[in-house]
Amino acid sequence: MMTTSDVTTDARKVASSSAANLGEQPITAGELNATGVCAWFSGRLVLEDVDLFMERHAVTALIGPSGCGKSTFLRILNRMHETINGAQLAGTVELNGEDIYSPNQRATWVRRHIGMVFQRPNPFPAMSIEQNVLAGLRFNRIKTSSKADLVEEALTKAGLWTEVKDRLSNMGGALSGGQQQRLCIARALAVRPSVLLMDEPCSALDPASTLRIEETIADIKEEVTVVIVTHNMQQANRVSDNCAFFLSENGKPGHIVEVGSTVKMFSAPNDPRTLDYVNGRFG
Amino acid sequence: MSVLDEAPTSQSPLEPDQAEDTSPQRKPIKVRDFKPSDVLLLAVTAIAAYSIVWIIFDQLTLFSGEFGFVVTWIVVFLGMYWFINLQIYGRHMAVDRLLGGIVTIGAMCMILPLVLLIVYIFSKGLPLLSLNRFTQTQAGVGPLSPISAGGFLHAIVGTLEQVALAAIMGIPIAILTAIFLNEIGGRISSSVRIVVTAMSGTPAILAGVFIYSIWVLTVHDYSGFAASLALAILLLPTVTRGTEEVLRIVHNDLREASAALGAPDWRTVWSVVLPTARSGLVTSILLGVAVSIGETAPLIMTVFGAQVMNTNPFHNPQAALPLVVYQEIKLPQKSAVALGYTASLVLFILVFTIFVLARILGSTWLQNTLRGRGKGKGARLDGDVEEELFSVALAPAMSFGSGEADVDLGYHYRPDQEDPT
Repeated sequence: MMTTSDVTTDARKVASSSAANLGEQPITAGELNATGVCAWFSGRLVLEDVDLFMERHAVTALIGPSGCGKSTFLRILNRMHETINGAQLAGTVELNGEDIYSPNQRATWVRRHIGMVFQRPNPFPAMSIEQNVLAGLRFNRIKTSSKADLVEEALTKAGLWTEVKDRLSNMGGALSGGQQQRLCIARALAVRPSVLLMDEPCSALDPASTLRIEETIADIKEEVTVVIVTHNMQQANRVSDNCAFFLSENGKPGHIVEVGSTVKMFSAPNDPRTLDYVNGRFG
Repeated sequence: MSVLDEAPTSQSPLEPDQAEDTSPQRKPIKVRDFKPSDVLLLAVTAIAAYSIVWIIFDQLTLFSGEFGFVVTWIVVFLGMYWFINLQIYGRHMAVDRLLGGIVTIGAMCMILPLVLLIVYIFSKGLPLLSLNRFTQTQAGVGPLSPISAGGFLHAIVGTLEQVALAAIMGIPIAILTAIFLNEIGGRISSSVRIVVTAMSGTPAILAGVFIYSIWVLTVHDYSGFAASLALAILLLPTVTRGTEEVLRIVHNDLREASAALGAPDWRTVWSVVLPTARSGLVTSILLGVAVSIGETAPLIMTVFGAQVMNTNPFHNPQAALPLVVYQEIKLPQKSAVALGYTASLVLFILVFTIFVLARILGSTWLQNTLRGRGKGKGARLDGDVEEELFSVALAPAMSFGSGEADVDLGYHYRPDQEDPT
């Protein structure tokens, strides 16, 4: 049994070598540990002192009303926050014990190992379905022994394979909204991330597509740690193992009110505000 | 009962084509119907307005001049048209018709000079146009030669070589500048943008004088390459601004998606942003080229002009089509002036070919995109790129190709805007 740091070092070696073969890389769900995370937009504090541990093989849901900093926190987890003008942050985020914000850590390496699915489906319009799935490999110059197998594997995991296997060369934008979002999940999974961040992945989709995505999340959580932001309480209840409730009251910056297992958070939370929120009494 | 009861609600009033199969009882309502009687009303109002203006303008007062007459006619017509529609249909319809009239007249004011220009060039140039104008040069053609002798092949070759060289030098720099402005940005990007804006306002003659002083007057001599240097200076801001406009419309979601996969910035630009904007890029490049084809002033001091074929753009003076037009029309002989008009028709055909090419290239890609991607995000994005490009940067191309999109008030309507995003 390898230790956590061994796994990370191995994965890093594989990623840094352009000749690395993706097929040989072991699939490992990672664990994320955020401590003392703060975030600013143009000098305004929007997120204050957030500590959260996201365990491997589990789905962590971030819930809370709009503007409480859930999405900002999610973007901090894979260094997408810093791409916004005027965005700053403090605190540490560790992937398997390694600080992703340490000065000798490349942002591209972090993002390749901590994938992200966005609120709106965003397949690359100039690429076919197959090229979309393989885009991450191309961008990172990762070689694979069989592209066809990898495409099938990623699309199967995302629950899209049977629907598109006969038209892989069609453009990604020709799919329906729900299919596009599953294509984005397949694209994110194809580079074998340790963690998959999902920013309200179902908010632009119909109930049937939402159900498919939730099934996909349940299927992939053994291989990849999932962190999902959602406004839908039923969805958080259905898909997640753990929940973190964010709140920003009276213009104060967002912070975590309560963290716990989803069962406890939805049945008997410690904080009355959590109970009110999960039962739809505000927010 | 209300009007809605008579009309089947499933029929969309936006699609009147579907109405033909329906039985008379289920006749769909027609929003903004323009009946034959309305055409008659329009014609009668126009004639009445003309008559009134004729009486007042020409007979009762001391005004004169055709321009003033037409302006008065338009104003009187719009007023009468509004009043008559107010009497017949009511206030709402009257305002609608009035604004429709103003917009249509505006569009006609834009199209009219263009149509006149084309008609003028064709009427002047066509009589002397023949196949040998495209296959022969002016070599051996003197003042005593028959007017049908000679052609402009040397000038066509010269223009194509000069513009191709200018494009090879200017377009990569222009695209890199646009990428810098839109994708990288930073502190100096605003000053770069100001420089580009100022450059697009540079008088063409200044580009010619500049190259003349630093290139032609020094060790080098007149050559096609000197002209292409001057043309590259003029092409640079056009293509930069067009490309920047196109890149700006590429949705930021795609850049984020690429970054979230671990792509470095250069990779995002190369593999995601540029391919997504491809159709707009092609159009913007070809338009920059088409604009520089018509430049005359910088050529006077750089290529000098020639009567014979010179296929080497790096040595000795060369001919160029705009320069031939300028030089021939300056001459005192009537035959030379007539030939100048023919040369301008040849130039017009060349420019027109490139404009049509730009449109076909752009639209083929657009159609492929639409066919391949249906109503998805990709189609909407590319539609945006096309639409924005044509409306912002490339209005002249639109007027050359076809004017059909100009007056359509529903131009910005897109069904997929109803996406719950």
